[in-house]
Amino acid sequence: MSTNKTGFQAARWNEALISELSEEGARGIVPPAVDAEIAAAVGDVAASLPPGARRAAPPDLPEVTQHRVLRHFLRLSQMCMGFDVTTDMMGTCTMKYSPKAHEHIARGAKLADLHPLQGVDSLQGLLELMYRFNRIMCEISGMDEFTFQPASGAQGIYTNACLIRAYHESRGDLGKRDEIITTSFSHPADAATPAVAGFKVITLMPGEMGFAGVDALKAAISDRTAGLMLTNPEDTGQYNPNIRQFVDLVHEAGGLCAYDQANGNPLLGVVRAGDTGFDMCQFNLHKTFSAPHGSLGMGCAAVGVKDFLRKFLPRPLVAEDGSGGYRLDYDQGEGIDKIRAFIGNVHAVLKAYSWVMSLGAEGLRAVAETAVLNNNYMLTKMRGMRGVTIPWPANNYPKLEQVRYSFEQMFAETGVTSHDVIDRMVDFGVQHCMPSHVPMLVPEPFTVEPGESLTVAEMDQMLAALQAISDEAYSDAEKAQGGPYNASTTRIDGDVPEDPDCWAFTYRGYQRKKPMWTSENRRKIERHDGGY
Amino acid sequence: MTFRLGLIVNPIAGMGGTVGLKGSDTPEIVARARELGAEPQAPERAGQALGAIVAANVALDLFAAPGEMGEAEARAAGFTPKVIGSPVEGDTVAEDSVRAAQAMAELPVDLILFAGGDGTARDLVRAIGGQVPVVGIPAGVKMHSAVYATNPRAAARMVLRYMQGGISIRELEVMDIDEAAFREGAVSAKLYGYLKVPYLPDLVQGTKAGGVSRDRTALAGIAVRIAEAMEPGRLYILGPGTTMRAVADKIGVEKTLLGVDLVRDGERIATDAGERDILAALDGTATIAVTPIGGQGHFFGRGNQQISAQIISRVGLEHITVAATMEKIASLRDNLLHVDTGDRALDARFSGWRRVITGYHTDTVCRVST
Repeated sequence: MSTNKTGFQAARWNEALISELSEEGARGIVPPAVDAEIAAAVGDVAASLPPGARRAAPPDLPEVTQHRVLRHFLRLSQMCMGFDVTTDMMGTCTMKYSPKAHEHIARGAKLADLHPLQGVDSLQGLLELMYRFNRIMCEISGMDEFTFQPASGAQGIYTNACLIRAYHESRGDLGKRDEIITTSFSHPADAATPAVAGFKVITLMPGEMGFAGVDALKAAISDRTAGLMLTNPEDTGQYNPNIRQFVDLVHEAGGLCAYDQANGNPLLGVVRAGDTGFDMCQFNLHKTFSAPHGSLGMGCAAVGVKDFLRKFLPRPLVAEDGSGGYRLDYDQGEGIDKIRAFIGNVHAVLKAYSWVMSLGAEGLRAVAETAVLNNNYMLTKMRGMRGVTIPWPANNYPKLEQVRYSFEQMFAETGVTSHDVIDRMVDFGVQHCMPSHVPMLVPEPFTVEPGESLTVAEMDQMLAALQAISDEAYSDAEKAQGGPYNASTTRIDGDVPEDPDCWAFTYRGYQRKKPMWTSENRRKIERHDGGY
Repeated sequence: MTFRLGLIVNPIAGMGGTVGLKGSDTPEIVARARELGAEPQAPERAGQALGAIVAANVALDLFAAPGEMGEAEARAAGFTPKVIGSPVEGDTVAEDSVRAAQAMAELPVDLILFAGGDGTARDLVRAIGGQVPVVGIPAGVKMHSAVYATNPRAAARMVLRYMQGGISIRELEVMDIDEAAFREGAVSAKLYGYLKVPYLPDLVQGTKAGGVSRDRTALAGIAVRIAEAMEPGRLYILGPGTTMRAVADKIGVEKTLLGVDLVRDGERIATDAGERDILAALDGTATIAVTPIGGQGHFFGRGNQQISAQIISRVGLEHITVAATMEKIASLRDNLLHVDTGDRALDARFSGWRRVITGYHTDTVCRVST
């Protein structure tokens, strides 16, 4: 019988939604009335708005006092886990410590007070930083030019898809070449974003080694091939050793090759996308480069290309102005114009720049080596844990920065699923792990990526939690299946998280959909939609 | 109202397995199994599931089939069941399961918990089809169907979760193999129908049998893709299964789940067509759209033999659309597809890599083994 010796108990506030906290007349700030003289001079400011732009009724915003707003968000933050609170090995996410000095620099007025539309004369410091970081990224990746415009990893990958489209379009080949090839263990965005860009997508399944083979690629390549978009190492932490051959075969067929380096942490200073023959690549500054990752915000993807693709990059680019300063190059080229407004999430670039400068070239390589070493420490310990298996036993290559484990054996022997283990972890005061991206090809998947920040003691804390859950699965399966007990929320079952009818991104959406969520109505909806 | 749970145990399910008889479909096999010292598996496995439900201490009305078919197991676990029907003398037969299930559907109960194998699941398809959702306790020798929980405790969890509400329902495949052929070493699974199962993909056997798609969107995408590609005047031969039914739904025609239907110009021109019907309709151009059987990978020669070698040859290999969700592909051993058209030369022409449609604009490539 296992016991939870951590004594951990998360805050549980049962906090209402901010709109539900609304009380008519409550105010956070009451601004002073406009001075009578000013009001008289300006007149009715709304009068100049065309009728179509005027609201008939005020927006339905929550009315909440200042301290209640503060409590609301502090309570929510208390109910969150993350790297700044606890050990976090969320697989495929490259969770790492983001030094707070870099946060302070980014929050300083020198950056925070800038406006994207102010003249370049007064943006020279920022542009110099962007330009320098561009050169650094070229050195790290073997590419010739970077853009930092994309605000997320997926947007960066989408940029790659758009670059491939622009390239073939410029050659009059777009109608003929409409297929992108990817692999099943690449990030799902390598399949999803080319589809958004109008391509058909062919996904290669893993062979017995856990990665796609050359024969499968040959079967997928044709005169319709527009390009290859993949992750390597894939989300399994396995490096596809055929990568050079993959690139060559796609090039021979007339396609371009895009390297999704969201899993780039183990490759810093070790392998360069450019040297492997790739035409373009993308890094997530919010993952590998330590600009914080999480909360679905403040992301930034660095997209790099070889020289012949420079003209297709989104504009503007930061360029030297020929007299020791920097300018924004709006020259349209034949490109995709814009992926996003302005030149990118510059505070993420600043944090990434600070991180690289604090480490230096040797430091970056040490990051990669430590991340791989930590991962293999976890792997060695996890191998001996009851109920855990490592998929593709035929593959003896070392794992890189993460491992996709399987709890298939534990499930067969105890009925405890990987979902159960993940939900139970939080009770031990550690961040839960990622099971897998979809489609879930590994049964009962569980993906662990320790990264380079963690100490051995922190990794042992995670291992102790997992060992306790494994012991519990074999001694008291029912308990292991019921977690979390000490967390901020209880578990969510069934297909609720994957059913779009259950998603609400706005309060209005929540109000509209809520009546559909009773069990009776969900069953009715299912019958109604039986056409699937 | 208190939750009404039906309970049906096929007490002889699984008897053949421990003595290597690969099933227990006929009275002769059951007798032989007893001679060899086989013990019934289903009562004990049902007991495990019922024990876990009792432990949860929730209010429910249990309606059990008589005697060994549920009542005995329920009492042993501590329930006081309402008994449906009268006790059966000697070994139970399929008709007993069918009668019990029909009586429970008439009540109706909210959910039927059953213990058995593929034969029992087939009996339920025959008895109640999709009238009442079911949870299967795996207790048979053959477990090709997707409808079972992965183990008895998982079955109990499915019942308890479903009672809590908020769980939707999916139709999952009931498959069985020809036991006689299986004893001779040949596996030939056939799709017999669908049962409605609470959607808890973590707990359903599904992935091994390849029936559970977590991704309804992919299935909808396949349907739209095939429907959009349809050309006027062309004959479309739609194979069995939910994937092809989704295609039919998309173009607004009825589809037999287990049969082959013919469609031309948006109209269904033949229902549950046999080989002769297909040949009669086959003039000019045609396309065959099929989906492989989950878990084993045949897209010709299993459950769709009416699409014969002659038809396949006349349509042409380049006019065959194979569609499956990624989950189904992942359920196949080594991602391999199979054909068994009865014409070895034709089978050999399929050998090699083949594109498979996995969604609206998504494909994969799979090797076809013959």
